[in-house]
Amino acid sequence: MRQSKPSFSFNWRKTAESKLFFPIVALALILLFDLIIIPNFFRISFQQGHLYGNLIDILRNSTPVIALSIGMTLVIATGGVDLSVGAIMAIVSSVAALMMNPFVLGTQLQGIVNDPTYSYSPFWLVLVVPVIVATICGLWNGLLVSYGKIQPMVATLILMISGRGIALLITNSQRIVIVYEPFTYIGQGWLILPFSLYIVAALFALTWLITRRTSIGLFIESVGVNARSSLFSGIDEKKIKLFAYAFCGFCAGIAGLIGTSYISTSDATNVGLNLELDTILAVVIGGTLLGTGGRFSLMGSVIGALVMQAVSTSMYAIGVSANSLLAVKGVVVILIILLYSQQVQDFIRKITGQTRLKETKS
Amino acid sequence: MAESSNDIVAMKGIHKSFPGVQALEDVNFTLRIGEIHALVGENGAGKSTLIKILTGVEQPDTGVITINQQTVSIRSPQYAQELGITTVYQEVNLCPQLTIAENILIGREPMKWGSIDWKAMNIRARQILRALDVDLDVTRTLGSCSVAVQQMAAIARALEISSARILILDEPTSSLDAHETAQLFNMMRKLKNEGMAIIFITHFLDQVFKIADRITILRNGKLVGSYNIKEISRLELITKMIGRTLTEFDEMTKLKNESGKHIKGDILVEAQRAGRTGAVEPFDLALHEGEVVGLAGLLGSGRTEIAQLLFGIDKPTSGSLSIGGNTITDHSPLGSIARGVALCPEDRKDAGIVGELTVRENIILAMQAGLGWFKHLSSQEQYEIADRYIKLLNIATPSADQPVKNLSGGNQQKVILARWLATNPKLLIVDEPTRGIDVGTKAEIQKLILSLAEEGKSCMFISSELEEVLRTSHRIVVMRDRKKVAEFSGETAESEIMNAIAGSAS
Repeated sequence: MRQSKPSFSFNWRKTAESKLFFPIVALALILLFDLIIIPNFFRISFQQGHLYGNLIDILRNSTPVIALSIGMTLVIATGGVDLSVGAIMAIVSSVAALMMNPFVLGTQLQGIVNDPTYSYSPFWLVLVVPVIVATICGLWNGLLVSYGKIQPMVATLILMISGRGIALLITNSQRIVIVYEPFTYIGQGWLILPFSLYIVAALFALTWLITRRTSIGLFIESVGVNARSSLFSGIDEKKIKLFAYAFCGFCAGIAGLIGTSYISTSDATNVGLNLELDTILAVVIGGTLLGTGGRFSLMGSVIGALVMQAVSTSMYAIGVSANSLLAVKGVVVILIILLYSQQVQDFIRKITGQTRLKETKS
Repeated sequence: MAESSNDIVAMKGIHKSFPGVQALEDVNFTLRIGEIHALVGENGAGKSTLIKILTGVEQPDTGVITINQQTVSIRSPQYAQELGITTVYQEVNLCPQLTIAENILIGREPMKWGSIDWKAMNIRARQILRALDVDLDVTRTLGSCSVAVQQMAAIARALEISSARILILDEPTSSLDAHETAQLFNMMRKLKNEGMAIIFITHFLDQVFKIADRITILRNGKLVGSYNIKEISRLELITKMIGRTLTEFDEMTKLKNESGKHIKGDILVEAQRAGRTGAVEPFDLALHEGEVVGLAGLLGSGRTEIAQLLFGIDKPTSGSLSIGGNTITDHSPLGSIARGVALCPEDRKDAGIVGELTVRENIILAMQAGLGWFKHLSSQEQYEIADRYIKLLNIATPSADQPVKNLSGGNQQKVILARWLATNPKLLIVDEPTRGIDVGTKAEIQKLILSLAEEGKSCMFISSELEEVLRTSHRIVVMRDRKKVAEFSGETAESEIMNAIAGSAS
């Protein structure tokens, strides 16, 4: 048996092989770009006890994608993908808005919704019911994938397409303006930092505990790497997949509440639009392998989500118009993904002066 | 074997190793013009590696290949085709939605006025098939035809593309019925008479005797020999395929006799007319505590199916299984863990190891699955368990944190054994535990099984190597054609068991 030599100096190779290395490099490159191109990009001001600045904006605007990417990480780790998270956000938006203000379905009492202290249903129900609905949506995806044996992309495409239609049906195609203050605080409030950050931090901590302090994380990785071996080891592969999709739905529920609160309306056609794609990219940037699954990194996905948002914010800051943002974003994402190709990684390892660890043969 | 001008292919001293496995060791192979040459051997014997080398998919580590007396290095499948080597694989890879004619002539359709001349194409396809003595409606879509016809279309296409002189058929008959096989054989004979050299890979020994002129037998990556089909009997062939290793295992025999004394009368596992349609016919079986029962038989004889029934991967469709006197109702791997039944599966890579996970995670996996989602082993407990088994089984790994895919085959097998030993099973089923493993590790694993029996555990030992089954088992059950055909004591002579494996045809 060989023992690796203990080393107390900064170890380039170990750093370069860490899972978080490339996500952090990607984020650093974008911020470096900002540092050079945009004056004052890093300035953070302190007003009325709250922090403001570009960096804070990046954090705040990325909270829905962070929440989504936490759930998506588990799904991708099982070897699947969930395209429906954006649509689930829309459903959540409609359900929450309708619970606070069901009067749009009738004709009476339009005036009452202008009262920022009024909600038809109690606040806790407005939070809990939409999240439960979202979890049920995730459960549905999970059932199709694990017990229905439908390809994940096809199975979740069903809800991706029909979800926004369902969201429109719920509110009878009306946009419901939300003025109820406790609800708008979720996405717009500040407690030194934006309040939504605390929510996703809690979600992150919860997910970390669930996956790393129980065996669920190990089972998810095992199923993703080799479903058949997992089955032969007594792991109920179907239940694990069902859990991952349901949890992804749950996270989409949280993201839906934040997103809806942020724009103060139930907008079934726009809430969470295209976010599933940003989320998938965030998870991929975070180092979880799309398609094959296996090892996952929650922290990597969070950094991936920040990378996606940093790209958007930086592009806006240098004056790229909203119309051309998607095209520019595509270019940047390609550059980032190139970092992940084996050739480029080998090249980087080479210039860090270390040859790769030879595979141990025994 | 003297070199004759009749040899179209001669492979000499071929070595090929993959990480941890010596796939081919000093293998010689010759193929003559106008012969059908069967290539046989159990799984992992090296047949497919040899074919991959001949078709340019893999490069040999050392060795010389001559084709038509000229030394060549077959760098790529394209180059192999240029040399006239053409292969038809088990799985037909044609387009089922297209017609037979389109499939045969795809990419080289006859053209007229810049578009496909359908009439000419169908005529041409019919001609090609007629030349092979096959008369078909070539305008039918391929998907609507029988597998045999698809197979023939694949052969026709392969012959049409290259001016093939060497045709490799990889398990062409595995999904054909008797009539279809006969059709295919007619075609093969015709090609042979025209001077084609055909390599025929199959598991069906009857077919070897029916059609082959010569036969080459591989075992564990080594050449057993090449024979004229008339010079070898069926029993000899099976003996050579299953083989006997020359290593002395006196110690093991002692250990076996020793542990045999401890067998108690208590029946641990009992099968009563248990069977599964399409997998294995109803069988009776009883395993006692402290007993090693060997399952012998050829590949596909129903050995693995019995293992998977006992472990709960498959449910029996008839009869019943019981353990410790209790009839099993919940047939699942998880239920088996709770009952103390463990299975080290035959397919180490696909059903055994979880490659990216570490040795530690692989070892605790089944134990953790048994504990459930929420009773999580702390990382300290995990390391303790992993380190204990790494030491106990002498697993060669730099650390418990090494991804298991980096280990050699033998050490991967030990990791899987450790995974199941950690669950403290009452019955341990090992399916081909020593396949592709070096001799030293083989002996270690065999000894381990015997020492487990001595501790009072029951074991079921499944292997294609009869020698190995004999060495470890107190009792031997013989399977043939998905049926339990005989049961012997562990002292029975090898030839008697060999006869049972081969069946009445010998």
